[in-house]
Amino acid sequence: MVKKFGDFTAVKELDLTIHDGEFLVLLGPSGCGKTTTLRCISGLEIPTSGSIILDGVDVTDRRASQRDIAFVFQLYALYPHLTAYKNIAFPLKAQHVPKEEMDKEVDRVVKMLRIEHILDRKPKHLSGGDMQRVALGRALVRHPKVFLLDEPIGTLDAAFREEMRTELKALHVDINATSVYVTHDQEEAMSMGDRIAVMNAGVLQQIGEPHEVYANPVNLFVARFIGSPGMNLLACKPETGENGQLGLRMRGNNELLELPGTLQQLLKEKVERDHSLVLGVRPEDTTVHTAEQEHSLAAEVYVTEKMGSYHIVDLSYGEEIVRARTSAYVDMEIGQNVRMSFDMGRVRFFDSESGQSIMN
Amino acid sequence: MAQVRENKGARKAIVAVVLIIFTIIYMIPLFYIVNTSFRPWADIREYPPKLIYQPSVAAFIRIFTARAVYPPGQAPTEQELKDMSTIERIVYKETNERIVRTGDLPRRYLNSLIICVLSTMITILLGTTAAYGFSRFPVKGKDDWMFFILSTRMLPPVIVGIPVFLMFRNVGLNDSHLGLILLYVAFNVSFAVWVLKGFIDEIPREYEDAALVDGYSRFQAFRKIVLPQSVTGIAATAVFVFIFAWNEYAFAFMLTRNTAQTVPAWLPYQMGVLGFDWGAAAAGTTLFLIPPMVLTILLRNHLVRGISFGAVRK
Repeated sequence: MVKKFGDFTAVKELDLTIHDGEFLVLLGPSGCGKTTTLRCISGLEIPTSGSIILDGVDVTDRRASQRDIAFVFQLYALYPHLTAYKNIAFPLKAQHVPKEEMDKEVDRVVKMLRIEHILDRKPKHLSGGDMQRVALGRALVRHPKVFLLDEPIGTLDAAFREEMRTELKALHVDINATSVYVTHDQEEAMSMGDRIAVMNAGVLQQIGEPHEVYANPVNLFVARFIGSPGMNLLACKPETGENGQLGLRMRGNNELLELPGTLQQLLKEKVERDHSLVLGVRPEDTTVHTAEQEHSLAAEVYVTEKMGSYHIVDLSYGEEIVRARTSAYVDMEIGQNVRMSFDMGRVRFFDSESGQSIMN
Repeated sequence: MAQVRENKGARKAIVAVVLIIFTIIYMIPLFYIVNTSFRPWADIREYPPKLIYQPSVAAFIRIFTARAVYPPGQAPTEQELKDMSTIERIVYKETNERIVRTGDLPRRYLNSLIICVLSTMITILLGTTAAYGFSRFPVKGKDDWMFFILSTRMLPPVIVGIPVFLMFRNVGLNDSHLGLILLYVAFNVSFAVWVLKGFIDEIPREYEDAALVDGYSRFQAFRKIVLPQSVTGIAATAVFVFIFAWNEYAFAFMLTRNTAQTVPAWLPYQMGVLGFDWGAAAAGTTLFLIPPMVLTILLRNHLVRGISFGAVRK
């Protein structure tokens, strides 16, 4: 599917299959085309080319109202002139459901969401969380084929967001409906998604289970975007050392980093000699040593962020910054000279020109 | 602290006094008109005006009726006086007249109501749908269209008076209700489109998107979501449009004579009959004030209340 707005291509040749009952998260920075994708699925936008197939039926030319899809909007979009009850019942009214059945259906979702006490209120008298629940109720009330959620908890405050995250996930487990969830918050994506589809600049970058996307990003964008902080990326070049073993010449301060046999083998197979690479390593796979250490690189403590249960130590390595996640009991001084080492079983290599991973 | 509070109190008092003075200044002409309409015939021309007088409804009767003066020596007899209705007696006592037939006012008044109500309804209907279209759809050359619509208001309407008169004469719209309705719609629809577009622009699109996904057609979404949301704007626009049509004099004067003549076009004619009957003119004006006042009072909640977008957080 392709979607253009005038000359601007919002979504470029997206090919995405969403499984029945799956919770798929569309993740990407703002303006990456994730909301547009969602709106195309819903029928609120018509794709410029390509097709959208729902349950084996091509619905590309169908209007939103004919697709049997529920949409939860970022700003809830509750009808301000209607009470919570009427908001929830609104989709049933479109189908001319008899009053009795309507009451029963509304009652069902209201109980599920525990919002019995606010049904008479109009949206402006509801708290953010209650508005969110009413919006969900409106989506849940008519058993749609697909749930589309556009950053539904983005405007809530942090503590409440976590609560709603759990609630949403539990809800999905309960009703087992196919859901597509858009967010720019990678933590939210990691915690909620059965699979994550990472998008950037209208292009699908990678799709996979959260841990797969996290551990094995297919390119530099995903490596940087997923994880908080993202992956450390260090420029380097494979080089044969004095001992005849293949190592990495690090651009940071021109040291040679020794490699275990498996990685040597991999680089020999996949990379031409002298080809520039990017070494990717997660902060939690980076260890900081205050004493001399084998297979380590010299670095200097630049700044320490204390996160409570752990610290993030920013190390300056030549012109590059490497972030390491350390225990909360380690104290580092700014400017202190240290050594850093990587868990070589978990490092990733990327082609520095194309940005693609060479691990697959 | 006390000083600050005192200052605040003093400022409030000053504001209140100023507002009261302004209100009084604005109300004087209105008061004068209503007051005059209730004065007996003999009191109206008295100078200096009497402050206390016996109020009379004779002026209202005069504006509603056509009358003839009893010629000298033909005054009604005792018996005839006894048989007179209250209304006839009031007229006789004040101006020595007898009522010949119902006057022209009821007819003119009805004309004004028909023309203004219908033209307001049509204007609002066209204005709302056009504004919605301009607000929501990618209309080709939208800005040019909007400017074109606005440009119809850049010159005083009277400029096209003679061409309109000639055109109306050719197609037989002179002195017809339809003619004035069409004309007022044409004048007002540009105003309505601009004002309503502003109101509709303010309504977030998400509401309609939600309604579309919830299984409603575009038109249903417009009717069930956009219309209730823009009631305030529609009410305000309707009041302005109605008052414009209600007050319009120049075209009504030019294009109507009899069948479709409206109150503003007719009222000045009453000045000449039987000298200057200020009482009748004031009574007519008082009655003429009532419909816009009623409309404004009925819609005041909408006029005052801003649109509240409680459900969408910005």
